[in-house]
Amino acid sequence: MSGLTDLTIAGARAGLDSGDFSARELAQAHIDAMAQHKALNAFITETPERALADADASDARRAKGESAGPMDGVPIAMKDLFCTEGVRSTAGSHILEPFVPPYESTVSGKLKAGGSVMLGKANLDEFAMGSANITSYFGPVTNPWVAGGGDNRQRVPGGSSGGSAAAVAARIAIAATGTDTGGSIRQPASFCGIVGLKPTYGRCSRWGIVAFASSLDQAGPMTRTVEDAATMLQVMAGHDPKDSTSAPYDTPNFAEKLRAGVKGLKIGVPKEYRVDGMPAEIDRIWHQGADWLRAQGADVVEISLPHTKYALPTYYIIAPAEASSNLARYDGVRYGLRVPGKDLKEMYENTRAEGFGAEVKRRIMIGTYVLSAGYYDAYYLKAQKVRSLILRDFTQAFEQVDAILTPTAPSAAFALGEKQDDPVQMYLNDVFTVPASMAGLPAISVPGGLSDEGLPLGLHLIGKPFDEVTLVQVAQALEEAAGFSARPAGY
Amino acid sequence: MALDQATVARIANLARIKVTDDELQAWATDLSAIITFVEHLDEVNVDGVEPMTGVGDFPLPLRADKVSDGGYAEVVTSNAPEGALGFYTVPKVVE
Repeated sequence: MSGLTDLTIAGARAGLDSGDFSARELAQAHIDAMAQHKALNAFITETPERALADADASDARRAKGESAGPMDGVPIAMKDLFCTEGVRSTAGSHILEPFVPPYESTVSGKLKAGGSVMLGKANLDEFAMGSANITSYFGPVTNPWVAGGGDNRQRVPGGSSGGSAAAVAARIAIAATGTDTGGSIRQPASFCGIVGLKPTYGRCSRWGIVAFASSLDQAGPMTRTVEDAATMLQVMAGHDPKDSTSAPYDTPNFAEKLRAGVKGLKIGVPKEYRVDGMPAEIDRIWHQGADWLRAQGADVVEISLPHTKYALPTYYIIAPAEASSNLARYDGVRYGLRVPGKDLKEMYENTRAEGFGAEVKRRIMIGTYVLSAGYYDAYYLKAQKVRSLILRDFTQAFEQVDAILTPTAPSAAFALGEKQDDPVQMYLNDVFTVPASMAGLPAISVPGGLSDEGLPLGLHLIGKPFDEVTLVQVAQALEEAAGFSARPAGY
Repeated sequence: MALDQATVARIANLARIKVTDDELQAWATDLSAIITFVEHLDEVNVDGVEPMTGVGDFPLPLRADKVSDGGYAEVVTSNAPEGALGFYTVPKVVE
């Protein structure tokens, strides 16, 4: 029943409600796909038994005429950064390899209570630090897309939510959770030809998500349609007293204006995103996106975000600083790996040297340096001030426009092994996604078309704080205009 | 600014990550490239700009200073690589 793995959340719900198939049949079709595409390495831990049990519970509810919500019975992949009770949660790291949380993260708990069916824990860059899913202790993830023209090189899925993106693109899961610190939902969505939504900071609880950079981390949905992203966010979002940065606001109906069109809306195109050396195909898809919105009645205007080029350097001070603090907890005492030493300090040092991979050590050391005595003001405090300027740019722009359109990433998915020798080259992948992260704004990547090589390219929309309703509305218009129907060959 | 080996050794010590002597130079080169990259911020004038310490525009919530959870040391310590009797154990720190 291969048709079952092509369904959207909306399609699955319709089929389940009308009795065309059971949640168990739907789960089994996806479990089969997971087994068939094991070579993608999209999952760190597969949970097929749990999926069938979740599906049976969903079927039992439906038989009684009950429903747990719009995702009841929908098979999903859970990024392995969410703590899941009784299911190993590794963050893609050796240091957390044996960790089995005795509690459930708020967001995964909401999805569970909402009846979704968990297929497994999706692979990711170690501690969500990466843009290619090559830093996972459990090996890289393969992008199901390959270029045309006989170039069979294995492509990266983007990162850090690379396993989630690959699973959704390869029709292993109907949807997946991601987390986004500087682009970790949106860039892999772009590389894999799916939709990825990073909500406003504070919209989804961070409680129980392994922390990377606490002022930036935000969970969000990864799906194959904009409508599905709105539906899944509806289940994930909401105030949580257990996260003091969770916004104490009511959750709107994110799909309220889904099909309201963009007539009369003002869309900003920031001139500073036209960076030197931007590939022609990226510029082309960006122009195409603007034309699509204009053709539907939107007013597309050029805007200025003057501090754009400082967002990435600011990010690479703030995020490592927060990471160095957050990751101090991995000391071989309370959970995870312990490597003995002659005394307590050497045990810490040995444990962390063996437990962390190179990229994580790099960021911890950068963070430690920029927070250390004598350097704090020059680096960390300075970055916090520039961050204020980045936020001010957006605040001023949003006095003028309803949403901002940019490319999601400066390239299509690159080949495994490329950009691996130079960390700064790798960091540049997030040049278009990081500014919105710094400002805590909601943003979404929607498939816009294919590159010259036949690989997906995403369009990126940035919205006003807590205005995901308008963001989804504009994204839907882009999706309809793009009519993106390409899919990775063989999936 | 280029970081030297002594600086890397100091950072690694603060971060409690063991770095061997023969790894120091590679880390110095690696970290220097990133520090040079972030030093682009030197161009930005931030006179009179307040640092941004968080994103939310709402005040941090308060709650009553009362125990709201707990009483299951075995569960809390269930992931300890070495533990005993509901406690964590560490190498001896007092002679």
